[in-house]
Amino acid sequence: MCAAGRTQLYLTTNGFAGFYSKTPLEDIKAENNQVFAVVDVPKKSLAFSMLLNAFVFPKELMQEHFNENYVESDKYPKATFTGAFTDDVDLSKGQETTVHVNGTLTLHGVSKPVTTTATLHLTGGVLTGTAIFQLVPGDFNIAIPGLVKDKIASKIDVHITVNCKPRNK
Amino acid sequence: MIKTVFILSLLITGAQANAQDSSLLKMLDDSIAAVKKSVPVTGTFKGTKIIDLQSVEAPAKHVLNFMIQHRFGTINQGAYNLFGLDNATMRFGFDYGLTNTLSIGVGRSTFEKMFDGYLKYKLIRQTEDNAVPVTADIVGGLYYNSLKYDSKPYLNSKYRTAYSAELLIARKFSRNLSLQLTPVWIHNNLVATTADKNNLFALGMAGRLKITRRFSLTAEYNYLPSGQVNSSKVYNSFSAGVDIETGGHVFQLHVTNSQGMVDPVFIAQTTGSWGDGNIYFGFNVSRAFNVGKKPKQF
Repeated sequence: MCAAGRTQLYLTTNGFAGFYSKTPLEDIKAENNQVFAVVDVPKKSLAFSMLLNAFVFPKELMQEHFNENYVESDKYPKATFTGAFTDDVDLSKGQETTVHVNGTLTLHGVSKPVTTTATLHLTGGVLTGTAIFQLVPGDFNIAIPGLVKDKIASKIDVHITVNCKPRNK
Repeated sequence: MIKTVFILSLLITGAQANAQDSSLLKMLDDSIAAVKKSVPVTGTFKGTKIIDLQSVEAPAKHVLNFMIQHRFGTINQGAYNLFGLDNATMRFGFDYGLTNTLSIGVGRSTFEKMFDGYLKYKLIRQTEDNAVPVTADIVGGLYYNSLKYDSKPYLNSKYRTAYSAELLIARKFSRNLSLQLTPVWIHNNLVATTADKNNLFALGMAGRLKITRRFSLTAEYNYLPSGQVNSSKVYNSFSAGVDIETGGHVFQLHVTNSQGMVDPVFIAQTTGSWGDGNIYFGFNVSRAFNVGKKPKQF
């Protein structure tokens, strides 16, 4: 833990989060380009926060249903993630490194542990992080009515990409 | 052994991270709070019509909304006419979002074989932080009676036309309660007798109370101050109903004392009274279709 006490924060306010649901009946996607993220490289900790009503759907009506009926963004406006990556990384080599991330995702008022792999890549002072994982809407108390059950995948693919710049102290 | 050390170090980093998590997240919360301020409020009403009255909602850009409206006969017709179900009038219409603020609609009612068209423009949108406290739309409507009057050949297109202008002011007070106030001006080029006014002013009031995420109660009252329509006894239109939403459909079931479904008819020609049991059961069903290819962008 030689790095303890030292921090180097990388921040972004326009990260990307997208989710994708594929079923034979309907493909649904939504993308958010206003994801707030911060990564503390020496401390290996990271946090994400995003407004749910910033997710853009190709169909306006889906977006309204997402906010009103599924995630209830008036009651629970944000999705957040806090966690840490658990591998020693040497980003100074400028290579893409795969890390394991453990943390807690909070969505729709429910907090669940999430484990995934992610990649980190430091080039030109910009820290790029990506992750792909799956979520089950039911885990977050998001009820899907029987009528549309066949149109919404039971597991939703989530893609995250952030380009974080160092924060000036 | 190595494994144990690894797990141990994992736990330590985890614990350490947790201590810092909250501060990292707090840092984000401060900046996210600044962004949240001007987000527009959505879902003030479920449908583009509350019952008969236009709501502040309109189809988004490149969305085509198809609506069928039915009003059966009066309930007091009794069992022989199955409480009005044997007689029905209907209107069907299309609304289309030209932009996210401007929509156009056309419709046809069986009553007076009337065609109608309107433009709806969103002036302001209520925001989450209440910097803009209400949503306001302006609607301009045109109505054309195409019924044949063989005995009245002088009824030219001028006489068959009526206009309306409305200002829709709505506020979503909470996730469950939305209210709308609507001053209406109607101009009829032709009225029944000289005792009737060509220019009519009315005030529409409507509300929605959401009971569950997909089910709400609605009510609407259209106040037509007296002294404007004198040749026949007309009543203020009052309607109450429910909205049921299922995916792309909205079902609206209601009871009303107005059989007409366009402004000059339900506001100024409501001859039925609730007191006499002149109540019509009716429904609106709407379905949204995406016709544009380009996804919506912010």
